Amino acid sequence: MRNKNTKQEWRFAVAHREALIGCGLAVINFLWWFGFAYGLGSKPPEEYSYILGFPAWIFFSLIFGTILMFVLVYLVVKFLLTDMPLDDEEENSKEDEAMIQ
Amino acid sequence: MNWGVIIPLLVFLGVIFIIGMWSSQKLDKEEGFLSDYFLGSREFGGLLLAMTMVATYASASSFLGGPGAAYSIGFGWVLLAMSQVATGYFVLLVLGKKFAIVARRYNAVTLIDFLKERYKSKTVVILSALSIIVFLFAAMAAQWIGGAYLIQSLTGLSYLAALFIFTIAVLIYVIVGGFRAVVVTDAVQGFVMVFGTLLLLIAVIVAGGGLSNIFDELVAINPNLITPFGADGNLTAAYVSSYWILVGVGVVALPQIAVRAMSYRDSKAMHRAIIIGTVVVGIIMLGMHLIGVFARPVMPGIEVADQVIPLVALEVLPPWLAGIILSAPLAAIMSTVDSLLLLVSSSVVKDVYINYIKPDASIKQVKNMSMGVTALVGIVAFILAISPPDLLVFLNLFSIGGLESAFMWPLIMGLYWKYANKAGALASMITGFGSYVAIHLYNQAYGELLGVHTVTVPVFLSLIVFVVFSFIFKENAYEFPSKNIGKSA
Repeated sequence: MRNKNTKQEWRFAVAHREALIGCGLAVINFLWWFGFAYGLGSKPPEEYSYILGFPAWIFFSLIFGTILMFVLVYLVVKFLLTDMPLDDEEENSKEDEAMIQ
Repeated sequence: MNWGVIIPLLVFLGVIFIIGMWSSQKLDKEEGFLSDYFLGSREFGGLLLAMTMVATYASASSFLGGPGAAYSIGFGWVLLAMSQVATGYFVLLVLGKKFAIVARRYNAVTLIDFLKERYKSKTVVILSALSIIVFLFAAMAAQWIGGAYLIQSLTGLSYLAALFIFTIAVLIYVIVGGFRAVVVTDAVQGFVMVFGTLLLLIAVIVAGGGLSNIFDELVAINPNLITPFGADGNLTAAYVSSYWILVGVGVVALPQIAVRAMSYRDSKAMHRAIIIGTVVVGIIMLGMHLIGVFARPVMPGIEVADQVIPLVALEVLPPWLAGIILSAPLAAIMSTVDSLLLLVSSSVVKDVYINYIKPDASIKQVKNMSMGVTALVGIVAFILAISPPDLLVFLNLFSIGGLESAFMWPLIMGLYWKYANKAGALASMITGFGSYVAIHLYNQAYGELLGVHTVTVPVFLSLIVFVVFSFIFKENAYEFPSKNIGKSA
């Protein structure tokens, strides 16, 4: 029983950390999106500079920002998330395999 | 009738039916009808999980209303729409593995199952079931209308006939297949949406004579179209940012999305789904809304916003290809509707009927009841959609915001705060729900309160109320059970 509780806490602790990572990603996403859109887009349209055919704010905030999030999400999944069993021991024998990785 | 367009569409519908039938054959063999019909036995891998989440979320407003708004308002609306990219990773990361683990221990099949076990309160369950039934009805009616308009603009049939065809198509395959059919067909529809979006985007840019030509013409029509502030310059940064709550992070609390966050097989599936989901949502949202703006110089003077995408597709593509592409919005609508339909009927059958009316119902009774309620809900939605209100987007957003205001904190706090209790959850739901309706009415009469979307204030208000009431009626810290609670669903 003791062993079990520690394991539960271990998985929940990881889950809490990953939830915070999710919030962190959303904050970065928002700041990038907001900063470039209103930072570069607030001047009159005739003063816009263009990148690859798009006005700079559209390019950085919408297009580059979206690609940036693809990359960040990939890196987070690759390096920060932890594999863990979702079922509890007595029901699932596949768990041991998952633990080893 | 334009058969060149209709035939590819019919083929698409046929394929969807076959998949629904195939899934339902599998259903017959499975033990545990309820968890399979409503949840698909928690077996979905990463690709299916990502696709079903995106397809459920991407609806008529993503393919018709949203691009239509981008057409008339310009890049300000594209900016607003891109807050939705966050849904791709946020929902799965924040509900995350804890929700999956706890849902398994609780044997939870729906969001309400989770709330019921966590707060152990009949009132919470009844109130949740009620808000799901009311608000998702509004959402469904909006989708029903979108689907009918789309079929109407393609076939030239009357609105009523189009609505009828749409209703029959959706009902048949939801009733026979259940959640598994819905998820598998969602995946097919997800692929159609991605490729349809990319193809149409390229075709529109070519038809517009290239990017620089399109931007020149947009500036010539109205320079404000390429600013973040909207065609008449009154989209404020605060208003656009408040959509991050409505269609970005708030999506976490939507019952039709949350239920999918407990349906995956293992943590690997979830990891893959985060990557795939983000990319797919990003491509669809950016692509469709860019198409909406770019359509402005290509086809000026479209008056009904919802018809921008169908008309543009017919204009810039050969008919057979337009037929295939236009199955993307149809796919989006159907995959949203089927999930909502299933969720409303699961609220009625599982959360009300089995919980409180007939706990000892036999499998056969439950099965008949599930299919019967699903059919009934579909028919009522059909009747509601016969004389539809005009503003598709806003009807749909009304229901999304209402659900978010009601469920956000009971779900999140229940999962992550051990002092969350039923007094807090109840107070929070009532406050969220009530203030949402009140502010919605206020905003309609006097313009946006504080210059932000309706959902903003109720979300903060219901958080404060949640915490205050949890402390006033303080209970012991809650511990999740350390193993399965044993009762089978």
